[in-house]
Amino acid sequence: MSNEQELKQKILIVDDSEMNRAILTDMLESEYEIIEAENGREAVNLIEKHGTELSVILLDIVMPEMDGFGVLDVMNRRHWIEDIPVIMISSESGSSHMKRAYELGITDYISRPFDVTVVHRRVVNTIMLYAKQKKLAALVMEQIDENEKQSTLMIDILSHIVEFRNGESGLHVLHIRVLTELILKHLVEITDRYPFKLEEISMISTASALHDIGKISIPGEILNKPGRLTKEEFDIMKTHTTIGAEMLENLAFHQDEPLVKEAYAICRWHHERYDGRGYPDGLKGDEIPISAQVVALADVYDALTSERVYKKAFPHEEAVRMICNGECGTFNPLILKCLNDIADILQEKLGSVTPGRTNEQELQEILEDKLHPKENSASERTLQLLERERMKCSFYASMSNEIQFEYSMLPPMVTLSAWGAEKLQLPETIMDPFKEGSPIFSIIGQGDIEELSHILRETSPQEPVVRYDCKVQINGESRWARVVCQALWSLDEEPQFTGAIGKAVDIHDSRMRMDALEKMASHDPMTKLLNYDYAKTRIGERLKVGGGKKYVLMLIDVDGIKKANDKGGREFGNQVLIHVAERLRGILGEDEIAARISGDEFLFLAKCDSTMEEAAERIAGAVEGDYEDFQISICIGMAGTNHMGIDYDVLFHGADAALCAAKKKGFGQKMSYLELISEKQEEKL
Amino acid sequence: MSLKECYISLEGDYEDALSRLRSERLVQKFVLKFLNDGSYDLLCKSLEAGEYSEAFRASHTIKGVCQNLSFTKLYKSSHQLTEALRNGWSEEAGGLVEQVKADYEQTAGAIRNLQKELEG
Repeated sequence: MSNEQELKQKILIVDDSEMNRAILTDMLESEYEIIEAENGREAVNLIEKHGTELSVILLDIVMPEMDGFGVLDVMNRRHWIEDIPVIMISSESGSSHMKRAYELGITDYISRPFDVTVVHRRVVNTIMLYAKQKKLAALVMEQIDENEKQSTLMIDILSHIVEFRNGESGLHVLHIRVLTELILKHLVEITDRYPFKLEEISMISTASALHDIGKISIPGEILNKPGRLTKEEFDIMKTHTTIGAEMLENLAFHQDEPLVKEAYAICRWHHERYDGRGYPDGLKGDEIPISAQVVALADVYDALTSERVYKKAFPHEEAVRMICNGECGTFNPLILKCLNDIADILQEKLGSVTPGRTNEQELQEILEDKLHPKENSASERTLQLLERERMKCSFYASMSNEIQFEYSMLPPMVTLSAWGAEKLQLPETIMDPFKEGSPIFSIIGQGDIEELSHILRETSPQEPVVRYDCKVQINGESRWARVVCQALWSLDEEPQFTGAIGKAVDIHDSRMRMDALEKMASHDPMTKLLNYDYAKTRIGERLKVGGGKKYVLMLIDVDGIKKANDKGGREFGNQVLIHVAERLRGILGEDEIAARISGDEFLFLAKCDSTMEEAAERIAGAVEGDYEDFQISICIGMAGTNHMGIDYDVLFHGADAALCAAKKKGFGQKMSYLELISEKQEEKL
Repeated sequence: MSLKECYISLEGDYEDALSRLRSERLVQKFVLKFLNDGSYDLLCKSLEAGEYSEAFRASHTIKGVCQNLSFTKLYKSSHQLTEALRNGWSEEAGGLVEQVKADYEQTAGAIRNLQKELEG
């Protein structure tokens, strides 16, 4: 794709007739990139894929699979219709169709037969209109941003002056603001009692910076007295609440601004307590405006956790404990719950506090709130979607007996799906999962973890998925599992490995069945030695990778097995063969292979470091002798790799010929192919 | 046979198509494409199989294509057939199917003649 093409705006054309698509494409393809769908279902997939990259959709009504109204339904449900304009083109002439289409949010309706220039004009207009709207939205946001920045700046300067007199850094004000915002945001999540909108929370947080402006009129010697205040001094100190409130009340303008009203409440009542024992008015419970209640708690918390001339900073846990114990007065239990709930993010947020806190995300949220006041806000919608996805995932996971997991490097943490955690009897979240003594290692071996970690890091962002089979311990049982996971790579220019997501499936039963089948296919059922076909493959492999080792291939025939059958029936003959097999297995060394070929014939691939005679002795010594009054003797035909090379067929043929010759000579004969050849040559001579 | 003569033979409105599609090149291009459109086959097959909602869609597509190309005669009969099939099979559909078949053959025949001439 050329650069130019990438920059072209995209248009999706949805029509079941190829010709109708072609006419539209022909007209638009010089200016736009055209994507085509031949039914509604395809269209939905493409909209999902391209999203707002699509500048406009041209949509037919009557189509197979899913019709145009179906597409509009989906676009409404997923809120795509708010961002992607749709022009309907149809030969349906009835006004009811048109009406219904407009109700479903289309921008324009074009009837067939259409005039190409008219369609072209309408497409261009629609695209421009939407682009304009997007630009305007961005502009409004920029202005809000700018306004907010400036008023925040003014308030920051003002409160800094107050704090400067107080000998404190400007951080206190910033902390109060962040704390107030976090607590309020959480408060609206856990209760309907205080239904604040995002913009109101933002406003109260801004107003919170003014809570101590009354201190500007408190004499410096009281304000900065290092020791304890006397009763009189403390009474003066207390007046900073009413003075601050008065200052705001006496403002000549902006009296009706919500910000000023909230600031008034905060200044006056941020030292009130829930049980009525605060000052200046001794208000009780929800007589105290909730904004002031929240700022009061934020003020106390920040005072405790900051260093002051007269005290050291308490750690977070200690501060929360003191507050909850009522050592700093009584607070609204709901707000205390908030403080406890957000404890985790609190320290992180306070650590990263810098002036100019407003970010684009927040503004976006405020804007959404304003644009769609009655609907769920964007974040709620996102949360709902996420929640649905999560439910879907856990449902599918529980249906398929999968253990799903996520691993992140920073912080080092493994998260398990609820079902998986229960199955493995592990917590859902495991911090520092791979440090010594981690519960993970009771499930999966350290070697497997290291190997898996290694192959994950070997992947690339383009091909991040790996499979790995290993044993896991479940309820004390060792079972085979298949781990399928995807490495997560950062989007940096040099992608960094950041973790992995994946699932583990129990494949024990199928794996065991496979193993059993394989064993059945590769073993002789009676003697449990390898069968001929499998042995042949294995021997071929062994010889190839033999690395210069010398081997001798032996074919072994048990003498007089017929006699054994005559003696004790067929059953006894079989027992003799099983006995021989056991003896052969007993002497099987590393890299050696024993197999039963058929009937009373066995095959043995032996390492041969000295002579073939010695190798034959070793076999005969183990096998020959008395078994239940039956004298076992064997004939052996041999072929050695040092004379005949490592080709299996050549070796087998040689050993077979030698065995034939040996058997002709009688019981208990051993002969190598080499001997057979020299005997034959002698005969000729 | 010229493009215009082809329109006369299939009883369509050449001037109208030209005014909407703007160039003779485009009109000719799409007229020739008409033969490749599978909707007519689909219509015949689904009628045979008694799948009337499928037949409705196929007929609807033919109607739309004819509208785009100003194939007036076939447009009229396919439009009537579409309406007759909108709620499944209806009495008058039988006669209309025959009419559409006849009109389609007339239209396709005219275009094939044009095609031969252009290739020859």
